[in-house]
Amino acid sequence: MATASNLTSITLDRQLALDSGKALDNVEIAYETYGELAADKSNAILIFHALTGDQFVAKTNPLTGKPGWWEIMVGPGKPIDTNRYHVICANVIGSCIGSTGPASLAPDGRPYAMRFPVITIRDMVRAQVALLDALGIERLHAVVGGSMGGMQALSLAANFPERTDRVLAIATTARHSAQNIAFHEVGRQAIMADPNWNAGDYYGTGASPDKGLSVARMAAHITYLSEAGLTDKFGRRLQDREAKSFGFDADFQVESYLRYQGLSFTDRFDANSYLYITRAMDYFDLAEEHGGASSSGSLADAFRGAGDTRFCVVSFDTDWLYPTSESRNIVHALNAVAAPVSFVELSAPYGHDSFLLECPALDRVVKGFIG
Amino acid sequence: MSELRPDLAKIASLVPPGARVLDVGCGEGDLMDVLRLQRQVDARGMEIDGELVEKCVSRGLSVVQGDADRDLADYPDHAFDVAILSQTLQTAERPDYLLDQLLRIGQTAFVSFPNFAYWRMRFALLFHGRMPVTRHLPVSWYETQNIHHVTVDDFRQLIADKGVTVEGCWFFAGGREIGGGNANWRAEHAVFQLSR
Repeated sequence: MATASNLTSITLDRQLALDSGKALDNVEIAYETYGELAADKSNAILIFHALTGDQFVAKTNPLTGKPGWWEIMVGPGKPIDTNRYHVICANVIGSCIGSTGPASLAPDGRPYAMRFPVITIRDMVRAQVALLDALGIERLHAVVGGSMGGMQALSLAANFPERTDRVLAIATTARHSAQNIAFHEVGRQAIMADPNWNAGDYYGTGASPDKGLSVARMAAHITYLSEAGLTDKFGRRLQDREAKSFGFDADFQVESYLRYQGLSFTDRFDANSYLYITRAMDYFDLAEEHGGASSSGSLADAFRGAGDTRFCVVSFDTDWLYPTSESRNIVHALNAVAAPVSFVELSAPYGHDSFLLECPALDRVVKGFIG
Repeated sequence: MSELRPDLAKIASLVPPGARVLDVGCGEGDLMDVLRLQRQVDARGMEIDGELVEKCVSRGLSVVQGDADRDLADYPDHAFDVAILSQTLQTAERPDYLLDQLLRIGQTAFVSFPNFAYWRMRFALLFHGRMPVTRHLPVSWYETQNIHHVTVDDFRQLIADKGVTVEGCWFFAGGREIGGGNANWRAEHAVFQLSR
């Protein structure tokens, strides 16, 4: 895993109380900003990244050398126009790109590893609200997020409705389903079954659970794509060969692709971070947090304070990870509190990942909603 | 801004400034846009067609992609001052239930619909023996979304049976407002303002 000490970050001057009942001291939040902040600080947009994302939403990630993960959406003249808006994107706590996570040093000078407290989506949001406080930004023009970023956007609306005028939640859900949890559990077990995982104590040993993390990423990656997308891209085509090998090499292109996705992921991500962040997503149930079983009634309770916040919820017709029905649940709850909400299911062939890819309809919706 | 259809222009002129409005079947949001700009209305919309919803949202309107037959149930009682149902009643699964929902959600409701007893329609059916295809209802019987053909008199009967109060009614033909006499013959479109 790459590290860099020259990432922009701040250390919170207050203790961060967590949903688990534990607390973190000296929390580091790594973040990037794009575009000028207006004198009255009215033009700030906070973008939340997804599970394996980072703060480099619209500039080259210095650790990987890859372009920003949402450059098609964020930048000068883009739907989220950094000529007009001051965009902030922070690495979530629990992650490994500069913010405090399991690879960070605990007060005793050794990495937390599995001593890191289990965190929740709301804890991630608390940390970013603390960042806003530190930056002196009272109220955002909008919060924006896709996938886990959308969960954070919804969580902010439920817990800190006074901090934003608009909430844009894309390809997301208000709670993790049994199927969502099941896929994550496969990934976690793959990591924990890797002998190099060593109960999480692998930092500094020179051996990290890359095999396990790689399998976890492969399984998860399938859930980000659609069957039609995979068929379109790979079909049953063979990889650099004329015939099946009658062995267990990557005969099929799709196997080779997944192996590459898994392997390259281990270069940029920490296995323990993957455990902690997937756990946070699995624990996410906005209705339950706000007093009650997972009925739409209590999901409405979660949004009770956000009746004046403008919402836009977007789903994709080929997303089977967080299908349109999940977005509808959110919209029903928002209607019940009479919040001004827009909702649209867009048609795109790429499954859950559609929000990260070229989708002109999404551009128009985002631009229209952000204003 | 595009010119509003006469029934929509009439509704727009009757919505009180600053009201909270839900436009069910809002299409591309033309009425909402006028209400917002000219009458400072807090307008929300519902539309079943995703492409039209996308157009609305890209105009900065708050519109939910949804099915009026199913998704109105989520809104609380009297969440809006005005609920509008334009040219959608005849496409509903159960127009009577839809009216109940409208009058539950809105203090007052505007309902506009095409009058299937308009004389040109009667003429077409009588002399040609074919389901009429007109300027305002340009789609053949097998692909039309209009599954409940209603006349002005049918509608009056339904709301009388329901005990709904008619606050006002307006009629249109040939793109102009006409008087209410013999509306069941003469009107191509009708707008009713209802309350309970």
